[in-house]
Amino acid sequence: MSEKKVISGSDAVAQAVKLCKPKVLPMYPITPSTLIPEKLSEFIANGEMDAQLIHVESEHSAISALYGAYAAGVRTFTATASQGLALMHEIIPIVAGSRMPAVMVVANRALSGPLNIWNDHSDAMSERDQGWIQLYCEDVQEAFDTTIMAYKIAEKNNVLLPVMVCIDGFSLTHVYEPVIIEDQNKVDLFLPEYKPRHYLDPKNPKTFGAFAQPNTYFEFKEAEQEAMKEALKEIQNVHKEFATTFGREYGGGLIELINMQDAEYALVTVGGTTGTARMVLEELRKEGKKAGIIRIKSVRPFPKEEIIKATKKIKNLGVIDRHISIGSEGPLFTEIKATLKEENTKVAGFIAGLGGRDISREMIKKAFEIIEKGEEGVWLK
Amino acid sequence: MSEEKNTKDFEKKSKCGIPLTVGAMVLEPGSTKKYKTGDWRTYIPELNQEKCIKCGKCWLNCPDGAIYKDKEGKFQINYDYCKGCLICAKECPVKCIQYKIEEK
Repeated sequence: MSEKKVISGSDAVAQAVKLCKPKVLPMYPITPSTLIPEKLSEFIANGEMDAQLIHVESEHSAISALYGAYAAGVRTFTATASQGLALMHEIIPIVAGSRMPAVMVVANRALSGPLNIWNDHSDAMSERDQGWIQLYCEDVQEAFDTTIMAYKIAEKNNVLLPVMVCIDGFSLTHVYEPVIIEDQNKVDLFLPEYKPRHYLDPKNPKTFGAFAQPNTYFEFKEAEQEAMKEALKEIQNVHKEFATTFGREYGGGLIELINMQDAEYALVTVGGTTGTARMVLEELRKEGKKAGIIRIKSVRPFPKEEIIKATKKIKNLGVIDRHISIGSEGPLFTEIKATLKEENTKVAGFIAGLGGRDISREMIKKAFEIIEKGEEGVWLK
Repeated sequence: MSEEKNTKDFEKKSKCGIPLTVGAMVLEPGSTKKYKTGDWRTYIPELNQEKCIKCGKCWLNCPDGAIYKDKEGKFQINYDYCKGCLICAKECPVKCIQYKIEEK
């Protein structure tokens, strides 16, 4: 039986992971993801979960052990944040290049320095080119649901790419919300037992992580790009199936459109900021303003076609980035401008919420005003 | 646990005939043998059989397994795979392995 409980975002992720039955959990806790391994080790100690939790000596080892466990042919899980994700960087593209359907939760936290433990997207955004699918969540229920969907998407035979489920540090990991925890039997039907394509077997030797020379490396990278295109379709298919089974859905799985039917100008958001933006939008709509929100859930693969379609009637658009590519601009701003290069939409880029600076209603209101006037974007401080 | 048979892994090949498996896996064991690394060599070691005391230190220390014992019990260097690292020459207690720059 499914049950409704008031739990934290970390607890919700741990509950979802338990339902997905991974067998090996290499963990190196780091704020604000710490409560996830804490809860999972509790499940294992209580005999509620049949898995091996490895206390590794660093995040580099966590992702390396995850690679090894996948090579051995089992479903795995790990969680990290900030510098922890940065320390994994060396292995991150190897997991994707070896086409391992891993799932990792990133509790988004600013990268040091200066040292900061609060939320922004600089950790995950800095890893966006490494072949991992990146799905950003807005609330705790979505974190729970996306974790379950992530395994199904990753394990699709035409995808076989790892997934980063990105949840805002503290503002999701430590926030308590009512969450529907689904029934194990129902999850088992949705996500059957993991069947590896290949695994290490002394009777049938094979090489994982092989060497590719200039005559093949190019083709292997091309194959990853093709798999990402497949992922665009599979994310939507899995979402559809999830919606039918569990009755909840988040846009089509790629982007969520809020009041976009008659909108003349709109704001693009990612993650938890959307919640505040929704409240501001409600006020603007009461004032008779034709504003809208496009929430990007899937940053990788980047849903170009969907964004073009959603902005067909939009004159002015704004993008909030919680990360800055220092020396350039917000990465989502860059990508959305590139996506809309053939369209007549003016795009403004906003940098906000770095290092956990609250993104207030006033800031979002200001952003909407700038967008409406078609002015240049600013840093929302 | 069962492994899914997937023939797709062998369908695609690169221009040079290498299978483009999913995840760049090598599904055929022992394929490294086909890759002759001897042409990486700058220095070529030469073993003087008359001085050799057959202690096997070169054979034991060669990181590429490029030294082998022939039918007569003599240690020989397999130049298909010897990369010329000269560990054998350094380890030989009687200095029977000499080397020079290889002219190609």
